[in-house]
Amino acid sequence: MSSPQIEIQLIAMVVAIACAIPGVFLVLRKMALISDAISHSILPGIVAGFFITHDLNSPILILLAALTGVITVVLVEAIQKTGLVKEDTAIGLVFPALFSIGVILIAKNANDVHLDVDAVLLGELAFAPFDRLLLSGVDLGPKSLWIMGSILLITLVLLFLFFKELKVSTFDAGLSSAMGISPIVMHYGLMSVSSITVVGAFDAVGAILVVALMIAPAATAYLLTANLKKMMLLSVGFGIFSALAGYWVAHWLDASISGSMTTVLGLVFLGVYLFAPNKGLLAVLYRHKQQRTEVSLITFLLHLNNHSEERERHINHLNEHINWQKVRSQSVLDLALKNNMITIDHKIVSLTEKGKEFTDLALEYIITNKDEKIEPMKDDFFLFRG
Amino acid sequence: MSLTEYFELVFTDYTLRTITLGTAVLGAICGMLGSFAVLRKQSLLGDAISHAALPGIALAFLITGAKDTNILLLGALVSGLIGTFWIRGMITKTHLKTDTALGLILSLFFGFGMLLLTFIQKQPNANQAGLDKYLFGQAATLVEKDVTLMVLVTGISLVILLLFWKEFKILLFDADYTKTLGFNTRFIDILITFFIVLAIVLGLQTVGVVLMSAMLLAPAAAARQWTNKLSTMVFLAALFGAFSGVFGTAISASENNLSTGPVIVLVAAVFVTFSFIFSPGRGLLFRELRFRKNRRDLQLQKTLQFMYGIAQTHEDFTHPHAVKILNNFQGFTRKTLQKLEEKNWITLTGQDWSMTAQGFRKAKNLYNQQEDE
Repeated sequence: MSSPQIEIQLIAMVVAIACAIPGVFLVLRKMALISDAISHSILPGIVAGFFITHDLNSPILILLAALTGVITVVLVEAIQKTGLVKEDTAIGLVFPALFSIGVILIAKNANDVHLDVDAVLLGELAFAPFDRLLLSGVDLGPKSLWIMGSILLITLVLLFLFFKELKVSTFDAGLSSAMGISPIVMHYGLMSVSSITVVGAFDAVGAILVVALMIAPAATAYLLTANLKKMMLLSVGFGIFSALAGYWVAHWLDASISGSMTTVLGLVFLGVYLFAPNKGLLAVLYRHKQQRTEVSLITFLLHLNNHSEERERHINHLNEHINWQKVRSQSVLDLALKNNMITIDHKIVSLTEKGKEFTDLALEYIITNKDEKIEPMKDDFFLFRG
Repeated sequence: MSLTEYFELVFTDYTLRTITLGTAVLGAICGMLGSFAVLRKQSLLGDAISHAALPGIALAFLITGAKDTNILLLGALVSGLIGTFWIRGMITKTHLKTDTALGLILSLFFGFGMLLLTFIQKQPNANQAGLDKYLFGQAATLVEKDVTLMVLVTGISLVILLLFWKEFKILLFDADYTKTLGFNTRFIDILITFFIVLAIVLGLQTVGVVLMSAMLLAPAAAARQWTNKLSTMVFLAALFGAFSGVFGTAISASENNLSTGPVIVLVAAVFVTFSFIFSPGRGLLFRELRFRKNRRDLQLQKTLQFMYGIAQTHEDFTHPHAVKILNNFQGFTRKTLQKLEEKNWITLTGQDWSMTAQGFRKAKNLYNQQEDE
């Protein structure tokens, strides 16, 4: 590995971590799309800052652009407050308008501005090591590493200082007001940090992929845990992994680094989305199927319990009475047999002792709706687990 | 080229005519279908889908190697639809919220698309130039074939819209009721979503991935301010969309270095701002005026109520009282007294006022919530 390669991976990692931390809170506060809006609407801020500083990495430019991001949030909230349109429409109206202004500003001043919309939107990590921070002639490393490093440091310091406040205002705004922690201050603080992070990162990974780095690790972690600290650690982990894996995929395909970082994130998310133990798609589908069968089983047992006459308990009668398909009735029957709840004698179904007990318990549960009645059954059946 | 020149040329010049027609038709279909997106609170779905379409374009190019617009747009349609249904799956099957799902699909698909695009660019044989026009859109690349396609799609969606008008409308306003009436809500839902995706994909070439959502939203949001009726709103939105397209093209053609997409979006934004402020029913300006008028009326009524209190102490309520008595009560001026006189509630003579019969009745019934006569 050459030293620029190491530097690129370092920058990618720092960007990923710096994005993942505010991302967790954005996802939890249902404001994920605000990051999308900010990432687009900082464009006019960047252009204006560029006119003043003529340097894409200047701190003034970053502050100006971050200010545009905060203004976006304020504008969205102002429009929403008029009640003329819903929140999502307000977001969708504000950022394209600001972005258009930015694009037009760039196009009109194409001769003076060495700034190109593609670069802002897409970024190019591969060039990052060439822009170096020189302090009285000494090479201190790539500029963007220093910028993102300081942003990350600020984010971390703020996180440790205000973790409790952020946590309570995220999960219960009412409680946090009552405790004297203003949710509004927390809201705008988070918005400012997100804005600054987005602006700092656009140079490296581009405005749209910042959104991926913010939302995807947090959303992936959210599928795996419900604990805030674990969620933060996990999303930082996913961020770092995608930075490293993404770099090597890009190296191998000779393609955009930020694009492949996002693709890696996408694949990780897809995997977790499908296979997460409790909240993944397969687990959810399996649980639904299981529950459906169990409801059928109970219906069936209750039916048997209600009828003593043989005609009603005949195996062929099931189809017509409870209106089930053939396959379904067969599988329910098998399940009941396997659990020793019924016996079949000359095609007449009858409840066993165990089945009778179970049905009585279930009936009692349905009537009283009290949990303790079914405590012992919970181990065998999904249905009663909540 | 100045604006007037543009309007002279638009009927004769082939390129200008094609582009203008294209953007107008695009604006119309986006406005039409965007109305449903806005009312269904799916405003940002457009943003997500337009980004999600990018890998479809790149893959279609990689597989077929052709630069034919229709094939590329077909790829965009497929990946847009995959994105849409994945969003839906995520919202219904996991505890991730709508905003997270939209943001995920938007950024992940777009990132994958970028990976493919940069990969294509490095291919030796590729005549890939022109794929990145889908990022920001280039109305200038519209040819007659593209416009024909747009007109065709607009025609089809118009027919579908008219055929299923009742179903779309009822699903929009009361989904549960629709289900109980026995409609196949799933089918109607998928149908309208499909056409929204179609409109978005159609606009990619002209305004690009990034600004497409505004094309969908802005005309509809503007139209919403002028009416409470769905059919009027759809019609107005189509109109606003078409006008944004035409004006945007005109302005961008009349200046150098102005790309069409952003200008169209800004024109649409002007429509929205204008509607927000000046629409008579919901607009901010008239709302403020209404508030002021109400406040003034309340003030007048308060003064009248105070006078009523004084007049009541006298046997004959028309007995004149000095204006000075009112000084305890702060909320009146000469002008408001004159206003009260105009309404025939009091009569002013010199420094005295006296209540009229009408004013007395009005004051008596003021808090009864019933209109006099």
